[in-house]
Amino acid sequence: MLISPFALFANHHEDKAEHNEEEVAHHEEVVVELTEAEKKAAKRKAYIKHHLQDSYDFTIWQAKGIGFPLPVILWDEGLHLFSSSKFHHGETVAESKGNFYKLYHGKIYKTDAEGTISYDEHHHPTNAKPLDFSITKNVLTIMLVGLLIFFVFKRFAKSYSNNLVPRKGGKFLEPLVLFVRDEIAIPNIGKKHYRKYMSYLLTVFFFIWFLNLAGMTPLGIGVTNNIAVTFGLALITFLITQFTSKKDYWGHIFWMPGVPVPMKFVLAPIELLGVFIKPFALMIRLYANMTAGHIVLMSLIGLLYVFTNWFAKGAFLGLTLFLSIIELLVAFLQAYIFTMLTALYFGGAVAEHDDH
Amino acid sequence: MEQLLNDFSVGLFFWQTILFVVLLFLLRKFAWKPILNAVNEREDSIKSALDSAEDAKREMAKLKSTNEDLLNEARGERDAMLKDARDMKDKIVAEAKVTANEQADRIVAEARESIQHEKMAAITELKNQVAILSIEIAEKILKEELSSADKQKTIIDNVVKDINLN
Amino acid sequence: MEIPAIVGAGLVVIGAGIGIGRIGGSAMDAIARQPEATNKIQTAMLIAAALIEGIGFAALFAV
Repeated sequence: MLISPFALFANHHEDKAEHNEEEVAHHEEVVVELTEAEKKAAKRKAYIKHHLQDSYDFTIWQAKGIGFPLPVILWDEGLHLFSSSKFHHGETVAESKGNFYKLYHGKIYKTDAEGTISYDEHHHPTNAKPLDFSITKNVLTIMLVGLLIFFVFKRFAKSYSNNLVPRKGGKFLEPLVLFVRDEIAIPNIGKKHYRKYMSYLLTVFFFIWFLNLAGMTPLGIGVTNNIAVTFGLALITFLITQFTSKKDYWGHIFWMPGVPVPMKFVLAPIELLGVFIKPFALMIRLYANMTAGHIVLMSLIGLLYVFTNWFAKGAFLGLTLFLSIIELLVAFLQAYIFTMLTALYFGGAVAEHDDH
Repeated sequence: MEQLLNDFSVGLFFWQTILFVVLLFLLRKFAWKPILNAVNEREDSIKSALDSAEDAKREMAKLKSTNEDLLNEARGERDAMLKDARDMKDKIVAEAKVTANEQADRIVAEARESIQHEKMAAITELKNQVAILSIEIAEKILKEELSSADKQKTIIDNVVKDINLN
Repeated sequence: MEIPAIVGAGLVVIGAGIGIGRIGGSAMDAIARQPEATNKIQTAMLIAAALIEGIGFAALFAV
């Protein structure tokens, strides 16, 4: 579904191409009735999909096959640790401690020695999936970006040790820290309680922002367009909200003050549902915005190759540049919105309603 | 939705959560606390500096107003003194004028008196001189008149003629 | 005739687009009227837009 916007732009035989897209990309089984253009379009789609996905090796230049393998860590009745180069991009079966694993459509399945994969009626593999704790491309990116954030801000913090005025990079970072404090934390949480949430808000803001920006690089390390990452962030927000909440918060959920008694019974389940919908929306919003942004940008870049007309190429190049700038803004905006809504939920959790 | 759940990677979630929490605690200890403390400290110092500046400004305003008062007072005093001096001057001038007038009048009066006096003396002198001259003239005339016997006779005749023997 | 789910999702996206557009427009009006309240209006606008966006995404992912 997410790939379809590109298909709508790219060719008129969308259905056919989509149906065959996976085969073209992964098995090079070229179906005979596809024309040359359709094959190309399908390849582009597979490329975009691959670009957005997590992977077991770090691709730097996909077309030239430049990159490096990453460690695969599996838990399958014991720990299995081996390099992802053993998969040979899914072409061979990796053996570890007497078990056989195969990479199929970006996922690791347990197979027999021949690498047989059995399918159900929806063409989904039925092989067992081992618990996968591999250091994938995205995990490595999170580590690197985390280290970057840590060292940048440690240096920045150190610059305060001998004088109180920021210098050099601090001049750029301090307004952002103050922005999180004065525009996000204080208005939404309140002067009384905001201090204990500052660490989380600042970390989440810079973490998302830096990862979003990392995703803008052509390395294809879009971490925040991965639902597992946004789920992790939203889960932490959810847990902090629940564990730091005050009595009033639960009072407002289960026994809404100031409304008639029958309404209280109606509102309670809605409010309770809202408790879970809020972090869910947080998760989906970040994921969908980043994914959509990447798909649109990559589709536009793909269109540069589809059109042979120089005028059209120029127009799409301009559009791509324009949207790239918009995406830079979105990278910041999504970090801001995630942090602000998080602060808003925290504010709801600690609000003391004197007026009731 | 189904695809989304299918794409969900437990491993990535696991690593992301652990790495994020580790990053959160590291940053809290090594970055956010020092940064926020420094910023707060700076803001407090700026605030206190601003407050003291405000105080100083108020103090200055107060001082300025006292200065102004003093100045006004001094100016008033000066004006009063000037006025006094002017009054004194006017008075002195007026008094001097009055005395001068009086003196002048007196001098004029005295002059007039002495002129009168002199005039009287001159007139008296003139009268005396005239009298003396008249006597001398009369003497000379008499001498002339009585120088010859004829004239004496004539005169006697005239006198005798005038004397009516009544 | 069966209407494909993606059409429904499309309708929701149109609705969400109109909604966010209206919020943005109203916020512009409000800012023009009260430039000193820009920050508050922006925050409220983003929250409202984010909530609508959430509905839009929910529809998209339900497909």
